[in-house]
This record gives sequence, structure tokens and C-alpha cells, in this order.
Amino acid sequence: MPFSPILLWTDALIYLLVVFVLCFIWYVRRHAHMLTPWKRVGHSTSGMSALTILLFFLLIGLLDTVHFRPALEHKNDEGNAVYSVEVLSLLDVLVEPLRTQVEKTYSAPLATHLYAKETLELPGGRQVRTFARLQHGGAHLQDPEAEYNDDIAWRSAQGLLLGFVIWSVLTAAIIAGLARFHPKRIPQSISAIWHRSTEIPWHAILITLFILSMLIGWSAMLASHYHVLGTDKVGQDILYQSLKSIRVALVIGTLTTLIMLPFALLLGIAAGYFRGWLDDVIQYVYTTLNSIPSVLLIAAAVLMMQVYIETHPELFETVASRADLRLLFLCIILGITSWTSLCRLLRGEAMKLRELEYIQAAHAFGVSHWRIISRHILPNVMHLVLIATVMDFSGLVLAEAVLSYVGVGVDPTMISFGTMINAARLEMAREPMVWWALLAAFGFMFTLVLSANLFADAVQHALDPRTRTFTRKITTPPNPAEKTAILSNPATAAPAAAPIFPEPPQR
Amino acid sequence: MNPLLAIEDLETLLHTGNAPVRAVDGLTLNIMPGETFALLGESGSGKSMTALSIMRLLPDVGEIVAGHIRIDDTDLLQLPETTMRKIRGKRISMIFQEPMLSLNPVLTIAEQIEEVLKQHFNLSRQAIDTRIRELLEQVGIPDAPHRMHEYPFQFSGGMKQRAMIAMALAGEPELLIADEPTTALDVTIQAQVLELMRNIQQRNHMAILLITHDLGVVAEMAQRVAVMYAGEIVEVAPRDAFFDHPAHPYSQQLFASLPGKHKRDQSLTVIQGAVPSLAQQFSGCRFADRCNQAMDICRQAIPQWHAITDEHLVRCHLLNDERRQPPAQASAAPVPQMAKNAQPTSVNPAVLLQVTDLKVHFPIREGLFKRTVGHVKAVDGVSLTIAAGKTLALVGESGCGKTTIGKSILQLIKPTGGSVRFKEHELVSLPRPRLRQLRSHFQIIFQDPYSSLNPRMRIIDILEEGMNALGVDPSRHSAPGDSPATSKHEEIDALLQRVGLPAEVKWRFPHEFSGGQRQRIAIARALAVHPELLICDEPTSALDVSVQAQILNLLKSLQKNLGLAFLFITHNIAVVEYLADEVAVMYLGRIVERGRIDEVLSDPKHPYTQALLSSVPQITPHPDRRAVPVTGDLPSPASPPAGCHFHPRCPHAMPICRQSYPPVSSFSTTHTTHCYLYPQEHDSNQYEH
Repeated sequence: MPFSPILLWTDALIYLLVVFVLCFIWYVRRHAHMLTPWKRVGHSTSGMSALTILLFFLLIGLLDTVHFRPALEHKNDEGNAVYSVEVLSLLDVLVEPLRTQVEKTYSAPLATHLYAKETLELPGGRQVRTFARLQHGGAHLQDPEAEYNDDIAWRSAQGLLLGFVIWSVLTAAIIAGLARFHPKRIPQSISAIWHRSTEIPWHAILITLFILSMLIGWSAMLASHYHVLGTDKVGQDILYQSLKSIRVALVIGTLTTLIMLPFALLLGIAAGYFRGWLDDVIQYVYTTLNSIPSVLLIAAAVLMMQVYIETHPELFETVASRADLRLLFLCIILGITSWTSLCRLLRGEAMKLRELEYIQAAHAFGVSHWRIISRHILPNVMHLVLIATVMDFSGLVLAEAVLSYVGVGVDPTMISFGTMINAARLEMAREPMVWWALLAAFGFMFTLVLSANLFADAVQHALDPRTRTFTRKITTPPNPAEKTAILSNPATAAPAAAPIFPEPPQR
Repeated sequence: MNPLLAIEDLETLLHTGNAPVRAVDGLTLNIMPGETFALLGESGSGKSMTALSIMRLLPDVGEIVAGHIRIDDTDLLQLPETTMRKIRGKRISMIFQEPMLSLNPVLTIAEQIEEVLKQHFNLSRQAIDTRIRELLEQVGIPDAPHRMHEYPFQFSGGMKQRAMIAMALAGEPELLIADEPTTALDVTIQAQVLELMRNIQQRNHMAILLITHDLGVVAEMAQRVAVMYAGEIVEVAPRDAFFDHPAHPYSQQLFASLPGKHKRDQSLTVIQGAVPSLAQQFSGCRFADRCNQAMDICRQAIPQWHAITDEHLVRCHLLNDERRQPPAQASAAPVPQMAKNAQPTSVNPAVLLQVTDLKVHFPIREGLFKRTVGHVKAVDGVSLTIAAGKTLALVGESGCGKTTIGKSILQLIKPTGGSVRFKEHELVSLPRPRLRQLRSHFQIIFQDPYSSLNPRMRIIDILEEGMNALGVDPSRHSAPGDSPATSKHEEIDALLQRVGLPAEVKWRFPHEFSGGQRQRIAIARALAVHPELLICDEPTSALDVSVQAQILNLLKSLQKNLGLAFLFITHNIAVVEYLADEVAVMYLGRIVERGRIDEVLSDPKHPYTQALLSSVPQITPHPDRRAVPVTGDLPSPASPPAGCHFHPRCPHAMPICRQSYPPVSSFSTTHTTHCYLYPQEHDSNQYEH
């Protein structure tokens, strides 16, 4: 076998999460009343654009999750394949040149020369202090000064053309799919998208896809011969580092939230719903936990873990599995320290809800506490949970950067936004400044967090049954096939209009 | 005489949703100096938007698109904002519905009034203080020099509304807009505030634009009345003309839908349907779809104003050229006379619920270790009985413990003492699993239809919840006359039909329904488990009059068909008169008087009952009505007055009232009270302190 698959801890958890999400989707699809609100997520223009970008990030993250060890060329004495100690992922294979084309040290984006002068020995034995040519970036150019601009322009044009071709293929696939699922002909689908009268804002998705594929095509064409985002101190490609960081950010953002949620949900709702001594105990716990500086707590825990890892080297086959366990442990520690704020929020909300009359009515029916919590309270605090987790997601990605700065973050061998920022931080002070590493980390993080926020916003808006998300343009010709899908029930409009300003209850 | 305020063709749009909502659509009215003009209408008819348009305080989505609002020939809509600010509070002031929300909690009352004075007058520090004191004394706040430096939380609800009035009067306005000024207050407090407003108006010769939905308040306060429906005025009349013979079918039907004693044996007239959506263009009369006298022309042409007398104008086709006088009691005609409640042959029907000496005390805890420092005696020794198929009304002001009784009967609040017997089962101290088996026998309907349904559950889930939780087998109970429901879905369809909703609504979410429809769903939810006793906790007080009539009819027919017993908790005496068989009057956690409905309401014995009944605004003036003044507010149940709880507010208080709680006095087998004015029975002295 040319490779041996490796399942790291976080990989397993990610697969589990994916399976869980797929099951959830399958479950929702089978229940019409649950599907309707989720369909409304599709009405949000910004939400769907964000989802497109988010899916791209997720794809990269998932590709980076499939780990294996490639077989080495030589075999051992018994004729079995010997596998490399280096753990690779599918992404590594896909962007092979980025990973292997390592320069000596810093080089600016799309540069042909190093960023620092060094002493070179000329063939004549003379020594010269100059900017050395890069080993890979622009190495194909005979005379960089003369050919550089033309080469960049030509490759850019090729890249953009490639991007356009990718986009056209995707668009064609989408339109064909639309035409197939709705009994419509292709020209009608195109005109519907053009007039923005489709239920799902395909025009926005297509625009986002256009920008994405243009960027991908452009950087793919240039990346084979240049370092699109430059290189770092040891000459590694920044674009490669950024792509690798996405998985770490997603892992920290999602796994930590998953670890935090049970604490926050269970304790917060229990405290608010049951009150009494349970409330007191939970309050004291989170007040205490909150008053310990979390960096100290995390540092102590991570250092303990590090000692354990170092004293038990036999447990870990590869460096990657060590780094991975440390990442998982970091997620757990972050999760345990960060549930308090959400817990407090949920406690307050549960306290408010438990006095509401529909909960009282449920009590009057003798509904069990567990069912009241799961059917009445939980759905009504989900919007808070959603907002808090997405806010936490960005906070956690940033926390990882801070912890790496303190030296208790992810393993130094693991590439993450935190380690990137940490490495780039020192170079900000140098003259001339090395700005591209920081900018790349910033750009990728910003896009990831922003699209996550926008998407969560759309989800939260759509899941609230009181809102109507899709406003049909009056100018477009009515289409009976769509109409039933838009408003879950054509009669909804009538009673909803009744009280414009519901007066407060009169006592 | 020139009008003080003249509104011509006012049109206010609200840009919410897809199409703009015409909240006020071509409204014209004149208010004379010194008169009280009442704007009457149901919720959503555009009353408040009219007031906000006058003040130019519309929400951001609101826009005045046409019309003139003139005050003494100054068109308010033409003024720049800075000039308008000099008019607000100075020439026109406004008081709002919720006194709790309209005062800033972090400023003292004096500071808030001072703000108005500084804006409009150039007074010295001393003069401001004197003026604030005068104002507060004028609105009847005792000990004004001290209380003016207190914060709003230190004021009771009625006092806050008085302070609001003082603030509104600070600029010596010519017009006071009162937007539902007493809706949030109790009847006795409402009577005080209305009396105050009348006095102030006479003294200052100020005009009042009174916005309300309460016909009783209109009858007591207004000189002229305008009825508003769906954004426009449909009838303008002097008060007496309006109450003697309302001309517009809407007004007539409103009167017909009021509950009352004389309608006990019939169902109330309901106005079918709901207020139409104001987002549309009307091509005919807006009321045509709900009108019981609608003609073809009503749907085709917009009716014009018709004058009955000079001052009595109606917008209705019925009064067209031939001046056909609408039948005065047209509304009563289509009412099917409900068969006189089939009296059970046995004089004493089986006692369903027996509450004896029920006590609910909430501990007041303080300090780190939550030490109990006192108790709020929300319910303090209440006894009552409900017979099967009968209605007991529990009447009292807010904060007297009515709701707590309802909840503690259901064991939603654990009683501190006493016993609640349902048939032969003692409910207090019953373990949870045993109690759960009994829960299907008694259910509750809540006041606020907006918070009593889970917004994230479909109607079918809401209705099924109780059935599932209590394991009710739908096939077992099917009321006679119904087709035997075999499946749960059919059972739910039948339930929805019984409360007058189509079966398809079960797939929808609560927010798609209006208040009245939600209350029907709440009733259906309670009925789903086939209860014998329904505790109705102010089920109609958040609803409009016409919707209230629908719900009351529904409850009455349910009682007739299913033999339900009701514990009807309310503060609305008219509803009690219409629905109840017996009544119990509650004051500060105790029942002060109880008896059959005719005994208590026609011959109230306890001074509190008398005061309560006389405080209710009446539509028809009662010649023999004794005005029993009640002063002051409800004391805190944490420290009730010693002796008879009512003595600080009682006009007949005697020394003995301050010492011990009066034992029971009986007037008949059913009518009893606790008051020293009447001869006592010696055996009962359980309340002595």
C-alpha cells in the first residue's frame, strides 16, 4: 500500500461531528415543520454568501483532516513497506509544491529575490552582498527584471481565465440542477436568477463563487512558480501555512464549543429553572471559576499536559499525534474555562422563561421537568446559544493566538493562526517591515470569522418563527410552482396582520 | 367658538412589512377648548398613532403623508423640530398607559418635573421647587415636599400615574392627550385618577383628548365621543346622544358585546371576524365584512358623513338619503336566546373543589445565608367551594392574591398551609406522581394570550402536549353528540372546532394568530385533557371588548355542554355579572365577602365591596348609585395593617377594626362577610391576632 491511514484524535472527533451534522440534516429533511425554518436560512442573501465561503473553508479543513503516512521507497528486511514518520494530509498532497518549495528565509509576496541581503560567492570567487535569487519563486525567469512583469501579467490572465472557466462550470451545474429539480426550462432558470426572483438568492451565491473562483484560479496559476503570499523566516510558503491554519482554527472553534455547550446548557438552565440550592451551588462554581484568571488556569493545565507528553514518548508514534493530542487538550481546557459567560446568560433567560405562562401550563399538565426543559426552555434559548457560540468561535480563534504567544498554545510544530501571528509579531518592528505573514493570517481569520458571524445571523433570524424572511418582489411574474414553497401556508398572511400594535396586557 | 385643535384629513403610514400600513387614514376631528374628547376604539384601530401624530412623536417607521394638525391656526406639521419642542409639554402634553415605563427610574420625581419646567419657563431655583410642590399637591400626592425627592420605585402605580399627570400639567398645557391613562390601574385607583383628571380639567379649563377602549371610562369622562375603526372615525357624537342611540352599526355592536347582568341568560352579540388589514386600499365601508346590517352598497362605495343632528355625525350608508333610522336594538335581534341554564334538579350539586384555610406565604430572604426575615402573606386563610358545573368568580384588585390562589389550587405553587380537596382527593402534600394522575381534572387558562403559548411549537404540538403528558386516551372520553374521536388527530380537530377554529390551524405557529384566537387555543389546550374544573385567570382582560364577548360566549357554551366548573379570577365586575353564579371578593390575601351573585352585587355589605362596585365606571348612570370614596393604595401584603386589613382606607373604620380581624357575619346561608359593621357569629374567631 502506498500509504497507511492515520486517525488522530481530533480527526475522529471531526468525523463524528460531520456524521452528527449529516444525521441532523437527514432528520430535518424528513420533518416538514422543521425543514421550513431551515429553508428560510436560504432566503438570506448575506447568509448564503457567507455559507458559500464557509463551505470553502470547511472543504479545506476536511481535506486537511484526512491524514496518512506515505510509504517510503525502500522496504524493510521482511519486504514490508516502510512508512514515513511524517504525517501528511490530502491537502498537503494537493498543494504539494507549496509544501516542498522552501526558500532560505523571508521573501515578499510574488518576489523573485530574498528579502534580506546576503553574501554570495560568485563563480569567480568574488564575494558580493546582494539580494539572492529565490530557489523556487520565479526561478524559471532568466532575467527577472525584464521578464517579471510580463510573466506575472500572463500568468494572472491565465489564472483569471481558469477561474472563469471553473465558475462557468459551477454555474452551468447549478442552473442545470435548478432546471432539473423545478419543472422549468434552462432559460427560465437563468432569467429567474438574473431577476433575483429565486427563493434561494442564487445571484448572490454566484457572485461569491465568481470572486472565490477568480481568486483560486489566480493564486493556483501563480503559486506554482511564485510564493503568492511570500515566505516566512524559515522560507515556508505563507499561503500554505494559512491553508493549514484553517483546520486548527475550525477545530478549536468547534470542538471547544462542543465541550463547553453541555456545561453551559445543563448548568445554566438547571440553575435558572430549578432555583433553590442548586442555583446557589452553580452560581458559586461559575463565580469562582470566573474569578481565576483563565490564562493561568490554561497555562498550568497545558504545562502539566506537556510534561506528561514528554515523559511518555512511547505513547506517540509520530510528532503529529503528539501535537494533535496537545491541540485536543487545549480545546478541552478552553472549553472548561469558557462556559461561564454562556451559563450565566442561560440562567437569566431560564429564570425569565420559567415564570412564563406556557411553562406554568405545562406544569399544570404534569409534564416532567426534563420534557419542559427540552421542549419549552431549550428551543427558546437556542438563539442565545447560537449567538454566543459564534461569538465564542471568533474569540477562541483569537484566544489560541494569545495562548501561543504566551507559549502554552498549540504545539510549536503545528501551524496555526496563533503561531503565524506570534512569529510575525517580532518582524513588525523590523525595518523594512515583514507585513505579509500577519496580513495573510489576518485576512484568512477575518474572512472565516465574518462569514461564520453572518451565517449564524441568518440562521438565528430564520429559526425565529415570528420573522418572515422572504419578501417576494411584486414586479416578477408569479410562479405557481414556487409559491407553495415560499410561504409555508398561503393563509398565514391573513391572521398575522391582525394586531399591528398589540397593546400590552391590561391589568 | 374656534376649535383648540383641528385635525384635517390626517394620514399616517407605517412602513413595516411589505406594504405600508395606513394606521391613520383620513382622520378629521376638532377639539374645543376645555372639553373632554374621547377617542374610542379597539386595539389596532389607530388611536395611539393619532396621538403620536399630533405630538409628532411617531416611531421611525411612521410617516405623516397628508393632512393638517392645527392648534390655534398654527399647523404643527409645518413647524421645525425646535419649535415643535416648545409646543410639546407647553401647549400639548401627553400621559401614557404604563406609568411604570414612562418615568425614568434613576431620576427623582422632582428632577423629572424640573426638566419640563426648565424647558418651558425661566424660573429661579426657589420658584421651581415651589412649583413642583404645588403641582404634586394639585394631583393629590400627600406629603409632597418630601415625596418629590423620592424615586419612582418608591411610588405605587396610582401615585406614579399622578406624578405623570403632574409632569404633564407642569407646562400648563391647553390640551392634554391621555393615552389609556387608567388601563394599567385597578378600579379603585382608576376611579381616583379619573376624578383627579375631572377636577384638574375644571380648575385649569384644559382640553383633554382621552384615548381609551373602555366604554365605561368614556361615559364617565367625555363630553364628546369619536369612535375609531380601522384608521378612520366612523361616528362622532355628544356623549349622551352616543350612549342613548349609537348610530353606527359598529358602535351598536360594541354595546351589544358588553357583558352585563341583564344578559346573563343569553349569549353576547359578537362582532364576527377581525379588524381588516390596514395595508390595503378600501373600496367600501371598512366595517362591511363584520357588519350585521351590511348591504350591497357597503362593499361598493365608501360611505360619507351623515348628520343625525348637528353634532352627531355617522359614516354609514344606512343613514343615506331616506334617513332610515337604524333599529335601535338591531343588534339584539340576531342573538339566539340561550336556553335558560338547565338548572340541575338537585339543589346542592356535588362539591367539586373545597378549599379550606389555604395559606400561601412567600418568605422574604435577606443576607448571605438567605435568612428568612419575614413573609409576604399572598394568600392568608382562604376558604371556598365550587360545585360541579358552577362558576365562582374571585374578584379583587391586583396584588390581592387572586392569581396565587389559582396557582396554589393547581399546586403550581406549594401552599404553606390549609387544604385543597378535589372531590375526595386531598391535593396538598400529594406526592408528584399521584398528583399527576389527577391533573387532567383541573386546568388553567392564563391572562396573557401572548405568553401562554410557546412561540416555537406548532398548535398541534401545544395541544398534544397535555394529552401525551397525562396519557389521555382520546377514545375514552368523547362528549355525547360528538362523533367518537378515534385518533389523536381527529381529537385535535374536534377540539379546535369546539373552540371555533378551523382544523387546519394546527399546523401553524402561535404568532400567526390574534389575541382572541390565541386565547381560544389556550382554552383548547386545557380542554384537551377533559378537565372538570377550569381556573380562568383573567382570560379576557388582555382582549378587546368584541373579542372578550366571543371568549365569554365560548366559555359559557362549554360550561353548558361539558358541565365544566369555573373558578373565574377577574377584576372586571361586568364579566362577573354576566358569567358567575357565586362571587368572592378578595382583599389582601383574604376573602372579605362572598355569596351568590345577586346577593353580593346588588346588596354589597363589606365597605370594600361597596367601594369596588362604585368605582367601576358605568355606562348607564345609576340614580341610586352611592359613591363610596376609597382613598389610598393597596398596602403591601408583606406588612398588612393590623386588625381588619381594609381599615386604613375604610370610611366606616372604628377603633375595634384596628385591633383584630373581624369574624364572619352571615346574612343568608350563602352570603357572608367579615366586617364589624354587622353582628358577628361567635364561633369563628380564627383570624384574631
